[in-house]
Amino acid sequence: MSTAPSDSAQPVLRLSGITKRFGALVANDAIDLTLERGEVVALLGENGAGKTTLMNILFGHYVADEGSVTAFGQPIAPGDPRAALDAGIGMVHQHFTLADNMTVLENIALGTQSAWSWRFDRRGARARIAELARDFGLAVDPDKPVSALAVGERQRVEILKALYREARILILDEPTAVLTPGETEALFRTLKLLVAKGLSIIFISHKLNEVMAVSDRVVVLRGGKVAGERVTDETTRQELAALMVGREIVLPQAEPRAPGPVLLELTGVSTNGEGTQLDDVSLELRAGVITGLAGVSGNGQGAIADLLSGMIAPSGGTMVVAGERITEWSPRDALARGIARIPEDRHAVGSIADMSVMENVISERYRDPQFSRRGLVDWHAARAFAEKLVRDYEVKCPSPDARIRLLSGGNMQKLILGRALDPQPVVILANQPTRGLDIGAVSYVHERLIEARDRGAAVLLISEDLDEVLRLSDRVHVISKGRLTPAFARGERSLAQLGELMAGHGMENAA
Amino acid sequence: MDAFEILFTASFWVAAIRIASPLIFATMGELICERAGVLNLGIEGIMVAGAFAGWVTVYAGGDLWMGVAIAALAGAMFGLLHGTLTVPLGLSQHVVGIGITLLATSLTYFTYRVVLPQVSSPPRIEPFRNWAVPYLSDIPILGPALFNQTPLTYLAFVTVAVVAWVLYRTPLGLAVRAAGENPAAVEAQGMSVTAIRMGAVMVGSALMAVGGAFLTMSAFNSFFFEMVNGRGWICIALVVFGSWRPGKALLGAILFAAFDAYQVRLQQITGGVVPYQIFLMMPYVLSILALVVMARRATYPKALMIPYQKGER
Amino acid sequence: MRLEAKPRPSMAMLVLYPVGAVAVTLVVTSLLVLAAGASPLPVFVLVAKGAAGSQFALLETLTRATPLIFTGLAVAVAFRAKLWNIGAEAQLYIGGVVTVVLGTGALPLPAPILIPVIMIAVMVAGGLMLLGPAILKTRFGVDEVVTTLLLNFIVLLFVSMLLEGVLKDPMGLGWPQSQMVAADARLPRIIQGRRFHYGFVIALVAAFAIWFIMKKTTLGYEMRAVGHNPQAARFAGIPVNGVLMKTALISGGLAALAGFSEVAGLKGNLTLDLSPGFGYTGIVVAMLAMLNPLGVVAAAIFVAGIFVGADAMSRAAGVPSYIADVMVATSLLTMVTAIMLSRYRIRWR
Repeated sequence: MSTAPSDSAQPVLRLSGITKRFGALVANDAIDLTLERGEVVALLGENGAGKTTLMNILFGHYVADEGSVTAFGQPIAPGDPRAALDAGIGMVHQHFTLADNMTVLENIALGTQSAWSWRFDRRGARARIAELARDFGLAVDPDKPVSALAVGERQRVEILKALYREARILILDEPTAVLTPGETEALFRTLKLLVAKGLSIIFISHKLNEVMAVSDRVVVLRGGKVAGERVTDETTRQELAALMVGREIVLPQAEPRAPGPVLLELTGVSTNGEGTQLDDVSLELRAGVITGLAGVSGNGQGAIADLLSGMIAPSGGTMVVAGERITEWSPRDALARGIARIPEDRHAVGSIADMSVMENVISERYRDPQFSRRGLVDWHAARAFAEKLVRDYEVKCPSPDARIRLLSGGNMQKLILGRALDPQPVVILANQPTRGLDIGAVSYVHERLIEARDRGAAVLLISEDLDEVLRLSDRVHVISKGRLTPAFARGERSLAQLGELMAGHGMENAA
Repeated sequence: MDAFEILFTASFWVAAIRIASPLIFATMGELICERAGVLNLGIEGIMVAGAFAGWVTVYAGGDLWMGVAIAALAGAMFGLLHGTLTVPLGLSQHVVGIGITLLATSLTYFTYRVVLPQVSSPPRIEPFRNWAVPYLSDIPILGPALFNQTPLTYLAFVTVAVVAWVLYRTPLGLAVRAAGENPAAVEAQGMSVTAIRMGAVMVGSALMAVGGAFLTMSAFNSFFFEMVNGRGWICIALVVFGSWRPGKALLGAILFAAFDAYQVRLQQITGGVVPYQIFLMMPYVLSILALVVMARRATYPKALMIPYQKGER
Repeated sequence: MRLEAKPRPSMAMLVLYPVGAVAVTLVVTSLLVLAAGASPLPVFVLVAKGAAGSQFALLETLTRATPLIFTGLAVAVAFRAKLWNIGAEAQLYIGGVVTVVLGTGALPLPAPILIPVIMIAVMVAGGLMLLGPAILKTRFGVDEVVTTLLLNFIVLLFVSMLLEGVLKDPMGLGWPQSQMVAADARLPRIIQGRRFHYGFVIALVAAFAIWFIMKKTTLGYEMRAVGHNPQAARFAGIPVNGVLMKTALISGGLAALAGFSEVAGLKGNLTLDLSPGFGYTGIVVAMLAMLNPLGVVAAAIFVAGIFVGADAMSRAAGVPSYIADVMVATSLLTMVTAIMLSRYRIRWR
């Protein structure tokens, strides 16, 4: 670890001509980036623009094919996270890198003491953590197991990890994705404090309002290249959006329609299982209505999605689908009643990576007479169906025999969308349907959902992106700690009010 | 003597601790591997190889401790092979483990036949002798059991203490436990997951081999085919039973060994009414029962059996 | 270093890497042969001659391959669904027990009826043997690797108990062996005066049947889906636990047929050395075949050839026949490595 030299004319970090290829794909194309002392630079870009690859190179997870990185004037050895750490670079990953079986203290001090030391110096570590927590206003209990921490606390631990190593440069990768609006504000205050103490920060995001709020300078990436660089005070959201997307894309906005009959109804439903579960939840999904579910990740969205998918059954309350009270409930029952499911995790749940496109598209319907007779699969029909979906849903795919893992995220999602929507479902569960997609694919998915609604389907849209929920939904519930607010009509609550509800404040008198 | 009195004889507890010793070594070995995130199904074969390597060293004129060291080295070599295939190359730990067991076993039998082509009954060596700890060994029942054993048995207990200390009290142990829980946490702190896992598998395999060597150099005095007889698999069950904690695993090994020693004595006093095979089955049945009882409760290392690639989260 | 998936492994790679695996295996065994004081080339020639140098050798190899086809299929089916059946050895012995119990006069039926009846009973018994671990896995989360391994020891002791008790041959001069099965329960020889029997034909039929199931049926589709990604399979409405149960029944049944075929086709009675580890070798066979049921036949003949050839070589050249086991184990490890390398590219930076 080197301390920042007093020469403030020199940038603390300089990336020059970074290029990284993965096979034919150029993830980073001759990227230049500098970071000055005490500055917050936002790295803005869509999913797939190359932000994460660039930071992985900086942090030594990947080695660039071309280009170099210097910190405080010294080149950093490529491909070695240790070199980046020693140069004073700390990284807060989007997915936290904490070991759940250890305490906060152990996680923070992991790897900071000589591996061959016969004794782990707990006392020294505790004193330093207390000091840092006080200086930077990052309160944590060092002896708490990480598994017992809330998301916001985990992020504090991640920041402390970097500070403990005397990081002078902090990189935050999409740090607000898992935070409530209140927690996000607290994070921004912390960042201001860090900058005041002389740290420099790279803030990676695809959310324009956050970038505008927190940064001094914005570097926009598009398609692996630097699309532009602006001083935050001298630019606008519109200009940044244009730079980021590179073309005019109007995201579809749903026009309200007259609501139809109730197609799915939950009354006082509770669930049992791991994670946050539902507690006395009542919900109506009507034909021709998109019902949005806003909330911070981990507040019971998983449970409600599992419930509608048939993965779990209610432990209390009643569930009525198309006028019929549910007693038996499994994924197959859900499908049989015309519920289409777009799962949150398309890689782990929505598809079977090592099976072909053709095998994947029939996975929910291989028992239908259309695809099998007397226990024998009709592979001709499966192939024809795969080709139809590829055509109808504009999927880029080499052949129906290709393993689905070779498809890009957007194409995989289009295929899953096609699989779900092709049988003309009456209820559609869309759980985070656009996460990680580029803006073109996002708009495509939205159009298809609106189209399904207009056809008379009842849609439940679960999303952590409040903008998405508000743009598409006719009615909105907020979910917090496993409970739902009553439905609000579009525009009935302000963003700030919804934020309050998402943080769990005022759930009781929300009506 | 009735079935209950057996529990109060010194010879019973002496036998129990003796039977436990190889299990303790091998269980600690497996525990280290699994704590780092690698299931080592090579354990059975590595124990066979260790049993032979230790014995043949002494048979060839080596010192007993030299035999232990050679056994450990042989184990570490198989660990190196296992680790290379499962850690950086990320091959199935199930398949590689079974492959290592088959390889180590067949290589051992082959070498045995090359070294001793003509023998019908296996030659003997002079094994470790009991070493009574002054005074302590005079305590009734517990004294002979705990303090009048061979040095290898004492080493087994020391190993547990060392493993427990390293895992919970040293920076290295933290890294090993983190590697088995969330390898990304290890890499984010600038350490190499590959190095930690490889090291753990090699050290763990060395301990398994010493466990095997106990059989030929302390419990018996010669090498037989099939002498390991499923002990390795039992140790895998013991790790689960012990919830991946050294102390609990030690307790499990002793309980298990006590049961084994007990069934041998019970077999003698029942006088052939019950077929002896029933008694011999008991250790294996007990292992399965232990797994059934503990599997749901145990919190296993979350990254166990999941290969890790740099930069992956 | 890191691994990157190759989008499409080229044909050359798919051939080249397995050839490399064989080469590495040969180098390793050559070193051992040298260490044993013989020269490798003549030894390998002797192995090859012993395996396929004459009609007699070839038929011996095919006879030895028969149980390996069954256990190899058992493992291939189970591993496809990621059910780690390491207990084919136990299932094989249970198959032998059922064959002896039903074949020594308990069922007075003519051969064309008796043999199918025994086969069905054998498959059911073997299937149930694996159903236990499968239920423990799905209900209690107990790793089936360890339970199936431990069951191997339990079953062998159980068989030993039977052979010294109720199944003991009164005319056996005190040896732990069963009575011979009746003539109507025996599988006929294919060629008079040779050991080669109709068990081999049954094994071929089984291999084809399994290939058909995996490729063409909804059950095969479900098994592959469950094996690749149980979570996604469950989400799609595939009854994962039910599929695992069916897989267990099929896999256990196939392994038990190996015991049936050895008793009814070859040995005639049940002893404690019915199987020199056919259950474990079945794992190697299945992996060498990359879990392809038709490949299992070829792999089983290859592995059997090594064993038969090594026996003959050992008598002539004095190199211990355990060299065969070493070769087979080494080829397992080199082959899985080769398969991986043909699908992934290693980037050192």
